[in-house]
Amino acid sequence: MAVPVRLPTVLRPAAGGQSQVAVEGRTIGEVLGALQRAYPAMSGQLLTDQGSLHRFVNVYVNDDDVRYLDRLDTKVGESDTVSIIPAVAGGAA
Amino acid sequence: MGQAQGDLVITQDQLDEMVAHCLACYPEEGCGLLSGDPETGLVAGVHPMRNAAGSAEVYELDPREHLHVDLAAEAAGHSVIGVFHSHTHTDAYPSPTDVRKAPDPSWHYVLVSLRHELPSTRSYRIAAGNISEESVVVLGQ
Repeated sequence: MAVPVRLPTVLRPAAGGQSQVAVEGRTIGEVLGALQRAYPAMSGQLLTDQGSLHRFVNVYVNDDDVRYLDRLDTKVGESDTVSIIPAVAGGAA
Repeated sequence: MGQAQGDLVITQDQLDEMVAHCLACYPEEGCGLLSGDPETGLVAGVHPMRNAAGSAEVYELDPREHLHVDLAAEAAGHSVIGVFHSHTHTDAYPSPTDVRKAPDPSWHYVLVSLRHELPSTRSYRIAAGNISEESVVVLGQ
């Protein structure tokens, strides 16, 4: 089942400039794994070597942050939209 | 990516909106996103956001608010093309934290300094740890 995934500008070059792609998966972990296999340049940008979500990436299923759902085990379907949102921070300190 | 080193093109009203938000957030750092055309650097919208860090020394965007800005930009045919934030007591130049945490080499990084009575605004590119200042082209003057 193909799940639509919205990509932030930083990941679009790895997907040939596309702002949205569709990949197979029943959970967020499967979707992110499929993304990295389909677009190898994303490898290391989504999941850590230990297989957990990078702290500088936020993943939403529709309007919900997967960190407050079941993280990588969060279930998704083709009627859901996954959005990858970069963590944005900085400051004078 | 050919235009990736283009300048930031913004209206005076949009610049004023950024500065006003930063002043309203003082003494905390103010922050927000810019939407527009990634190819030309033309800003379509300034999106003042809350500083989730609630700090005078750091800022952090609320990711859900970021998602909503991103969705609205997409619906308008735009993309998120940059981020702005204030330095309340230092110059409008990226700090080591700004460089270390810069999320996207294609973005415009706008700094609003409130160090002096008259706020100053400058824009930068930050890629692979390197800072390069870009021109801010102000429309409508």
